[in-house]
Amino acid sequence: MTILLFTDVCLVLLVLTIGASIVRARDAFEAAIAFAIYGLLLAIVWVRLAAIDVALTEAAIGGGMTGMLLLGAAARLRLAGDDHIRASLRVRLAAGILSALVAAGVAGAVLLPPEVIPTLAPKVMENLASSGLGNPVAGVLFVYRALDTLLEKVVLLLALLGVWSLAPDGAWNGRPAIRLYARLNGTLTFLAQLLPPIGIVVAIYMCWIGAKAPGGAFQGGTILAAMWLLVIVAGLESIPSIGGTWLRIMLVIGPVIFLAIGTAGIVLANAFLAYPAGYAKPLIVAIEVALTLSIAAAPGMLAAGPPQQEQRQ
Amino acid sequence: MNALPLFASCAAMLMGLGLYALITDPEPLRKILAFNLLGSGVFLAFGVISRRVAATEFEGDPVPQAMTITAIVVAFAATAMAVALVSRLVEAGGRATVASEASEEPDADGGAS
Repeated sequence: MTILLFTDVCLVLLVLTIGASIVRARDAFEAAIAFAIYGLLLAIVWVRLAAIDVALTEAAIGGGMTGMLLLGAAARLRLAGDDHIRASLRVRLAAGILSALVAAGVAGAVLLPPEVIPTLAPKVMENLASSGLGNPVAGVLFVYRALDTLLEKVVLLLALLGVWSLAPDGAWNGRPAIRLYARLNGTLTFLAQLLPPIGIVVAIYMCWIGAKAPGGAFQGGTILAAMWLLVIVAGLESIPSIGGTWLRIMLVIGPVIFLAIGTAGIVLANAFLAYPAGYAKPLIVAIEVALTLSIAAAPGMLAAGPPQQEQRQ
Repeated sequence: MNALPLFASCAAMLMGLGLYALITDPEPLRKILAFNLLGSGVFLAFGVISRRVAATEFEGDPVPQAMTITAIVVAFAATAMAVALVSRLVEAGGRATVASEASEEPDADGGAS
């Protein structure tokens, strides 16, 4: 226990140091690199909080995908030249005091627990058996709060539409301007050939195991997206243009199947997004498989950015 | 379980750090980073709340955990949208800052957050 506590103290110190270095970094590129590291460290904190599902999501999306997105943006903006301007001492002092007060208030609220801890955990576990799932987090995501999960997928698509709509007129149906680092016989090319088969197997495993253990569509889909981007960045495969039929089918298949099964629930189980008794698990697995494909496509395209007129080399 | 107050303070400090950077840094891309920092502090506080039930027979409350997963994905979507807007801003205006025009006088603006 003491060794664990010692590890936790070190972990928290490390997270705070890296967090501070994001703020203090001299240029945005440095800050983006620190942010990717920060995401991975945070995933370890989530493991220590016994939230493995969240840890996997944080590592994949919070660290990996956001890190890649920010690195790309920082590299692009670097060309525009950003000299780091700091606010005046007065503003910084006021902001410091305000932030310290907010932090102290939040710490007070979280550190002083209520006498009776409010929780829905017993109810979740009580009814989990009837859904055929073994992972309570998947139960909440696909049974109790299925509407949240469905709308979240719609948010991903809306964000993608927003990003695409920022493209200049002539670039519509073009290809995203992702940077290529193609170098024959380079390490990246080697990794891009070596890792995808392993990554695809891990992604399928994640998606399948999600019903009864930590894992699921988000995590599996993000791993697929990462493998896809790796192959694209290494220049082995070109990124599809945003008008591609296959890409668009991939993007919408998850939400469409989710919505179809949810609507069928009105007839078969008397409620929107309800599953008929006895068929809950196969239906949820079907939704998860479709969502994995959509999640592989959407964050990948989000990280790649808006399409550009001419293809950059 | 002893470490819970430790993680709670960590979450609060991350929120403070993110808020500070959000206010003081005039560059949009770093404001996005700061906002993500602030957000991760909020998620972590939620994780600590989920872990409180460890006193009972459960390891953690699955409801806050599932909500955090949704939140991380939505935060990513919002970040991507914001980054695309900033890139477009730079393309259009050639300038990546929201500080006031008088750059010799960095006194003027802390950021329009």
